[in-house]
Amino acid sequence: MLRLAPWIIVLSLVLPVVGGTLFIVPPAFGYLPVLGGDDWSFRPWLELAATPGILRSVAVSFSSGLLATGLALIIVFLFLSTIANTRFDRWIQRLISPLLSIPHAAAAFGFAFLIAPSGLLLRWLSPSLTGFERPPDWLLLSDPFGVSLISGLVVKEIPFLLLVSLAGLPQLNAGQRVMLARSLGYLPRVAWFKTVAPALYPLIRLPVYAVLAFATSTVDVAMILGPNLPSTLSVQVVHWFNDPDLSRRFLASAGALLQLLVTASALSVWWGLEKLIGTGFDAWVAGGNRQRFDGTLWLAGRGLMLIATLLPVLGLFALALNSVAGFWRFPDAWPGSMTLSHWLQALPDLARPFWMTMVIATAASVLAVAMVLAALEHEQRRNRPATRALWLLYLPLLVPQVGFLSGITVLSQMAGQAPALWVVVWAHLLFVLPYVYLTLVEPYRHFDFRWVILGRSLGLSVNQAFWRIRLPMMLRPVLTAMALGVAISVSLYLPTQMLGGGRIVTVTTEAVALSSGGDRRLIGVWAMVQAITPFIGFLLALLIPRLLWKERRGMQAL
Amino acid sequence: MERTSGHAGPLAEAGCLQLQDVALELHGHHLLHLNETISPGGVLTVMGPSGSGKSTLLAWIAGFMSPSFHATGRAILDGEDITGRPAEKTGVGLLFQDPLLFPHLSIAGNVRFGARGGKDDVAERVENALDSVGLAGFGHRDPETLSGGQRARVALVRLILSRPRAILLDEPFSKLDAPLRRELRAVVFEHLQQQNVPAVLVTHDQEDADAAGGIVVTID
Repeated sequence: MLRLAPWIIVLSLVLPVVGGTLFIVPPAFGYLPVLGGDDWSFRPWLELAATPGILRSVAVSFSSGLLATGLALIIVFLFLSTIANTRFDRWIQRLISPLLSIPHAAAAFGFAFLIAPSGLLLRWLSPSLTGFERPPDWLLLSDPFGVSLISGLVVKEIPFLLLVSLAGLPQLNAGQRVMLARSLGYLPRVAWFKTVAPALYPLIRLPVYAVLAFATSTVDVAMILGPNLPSTLSVQVVHWFNDPDLSRRFLASAGALLQLLVTASALSVWWGLEKLIGTGFDAWVAGGNRQRFDGTLWLAGRGLMLIATLLPVLGLFALALNSVAGFWRFPDAWPGSMTLSHWLQALPDLARPFWMTMVIATAASVLAVAMVLAALEHEQRRNRPATRALWLLYLPLLVPQVGFLSGITVLSQMAGQAPALWVVVWAHLLFVLPYVYLTLVEPYRHFDFRWVILGRSLGLSVNQAFWRIRLPMMLRPVLTAMALGVAISVSLYLPTQMLGGGRIVTVTTEAVALSSGGDRRLIGVWAMVQAITPFIGFLLALLIPRLLWKERRGMQAL
Repeated sequence: MERTSGHAGPLAEAGCLQLQDVALELHGHHLLHLNETISPGGVLTVMGPSGSGKSTLLAWIAGFMSPSFHATGRAILDGEDITGRPAEKTGVGLLFQDPLLFPHLSIAGNVRFGARGGKDDVAERVENALDSVGLAGFGHRDPETLSGGQRARVALVRLILSRPRAILLDEPFSKLDAPLRRELRAVVFEHLQQQNVPAVLVTHDQEDADAAGGIVVTID
């Protein structure tokens, strides 16, 4: 049974992704007999080409993905080059995990509430600095070039890239490399870029690709911050899919296939840029210049990271403020009155979606943790890596969600399957599993093997040793992985929206649906609930071991 | 390899641990070769520098040798061939360098963890055993609140209550300071004698070997 665990993981991930992707091909070429498409044709593609503004949609999806990923990576590297274990550095590092667990939609709403013409930032600057007595007629939000979308994505992806970089740095002996270069006369930041950056990048390449794939194809963030008329390609595809006119499914499938192509080309362009920049970089390193740019790099790294960290914190604050604001005239920095009425009004509607969110999140993360533990335990018992195929874990993160989720939706509807909870849970599992695996794999492998040997010499079987020694002793990392799984699941919009077919409603699908209505107070309430939900999981992961092992000091340190 | 004292006992003697033609290799590199019989209450001391394969010998006897090593020969315990048995079926108990008290269990929980025999009187046996090493009344305490020497005693008691048919000691005193080491050495060897089972001690401390008083094998 345990022997099958790695393969169950691989199959339950690969099958839906590959199957779903393949399954949008026939309808994209007009073939879907249940909807009356009996002949293969290029009609959906012609229809797609005739869609007004389609080129612009594609261009925004493509360029915003590349720019957001590039900018986020540059800011992270600039900051890493200035790290010196100061109080500011520790403060940033402590903020990473909480920032990371803010769901995309809530973060995007917070960002929108900050930068909108009547948002918090302009209120604070008006009228003293700007002279505005009323919100300016600027298109700050959802601008046609996707600037607000790109900025929102940059801010959201920085904590993730920073986290994976910090996880990779220890094995590089970054401190020693920089010291060596400095002893050769390089200034600290230049030394970091010349000696550490080239070694670090390969370690975070896969996560960078995942960010790029996400940024080119995100739906919820683009619905909130992205341009309208036309919106990004992925948003268009989802609209077509949800159209009551079922014949639009052909157009939607062609669009989903186009989205796959857009993401694939963004990935190849990135790959090409990697090579190009790599060559230029080698020349710069070989050039031996050691004094220039150092001050600029320091200032840029510190300043940009400070802004990127402050924005989401302020965004959350803006959400909270809007959710309790009474009457709030424009240039006023603060609401004229505070009220709980928005919360009290929303509460009855919140209960069901909230429980649905928790049920899906708990089911997906418990399943994911069980599967990952089985695979890792198998690896330990066999004393060698379970299977190399586990890199396929990244597959759901590299293929655009609209692509394969559309296929699964079409497939399950063809099979006469009504929107079911288990299908939604499975879809969440696809995105939860990779992160659960990545958080558990190191603690599992570093667990002192003598504990298990000792247990077995005291008469425990391998299974008993797992349940009575390994699992209790690893409770903390296991619960943390589970909480991370919950956070990921809570943030997922598209899998619930598409596979739930509107019948399975979570806090996230509701909050995103509110974005078109524009009721700030209501959005504030729902987005706050969405932002807080992941913290419940992390809080439990922190409290349970502390209560359970209250009398066991050795367990507090583990 | 040299032998300094002792002699091979008669074949398949009751309660004996026999190591027959045991040879260890790592990547084709020969590490050690042994042919010894340890009688009940007797101690075989294996001395040698780190990397000589002496700890691997213990891992092989106890049934969890890393697959990168290769071993030939047989281990016979009380007339039964235990070669290649799963670790929990060999009946061999271990004492490590570190006491390795389970951090999620109390002192009594740790001792009870390995206790074999009837369930009815287990609480009493645990208490008596703790008493025998001067830790009466410590049962409910957290392992972290004990001193290094006290933890080592708990580990010893836990091992004894698991009723091993042979005991393997992997440098059990090497992490203690000198006075504590002498004291604990006395306690451990006293309990080993009482148990009347064969023991294998791996060490690089001559005083350990002297205190054990059995056959000494030196490998290089």
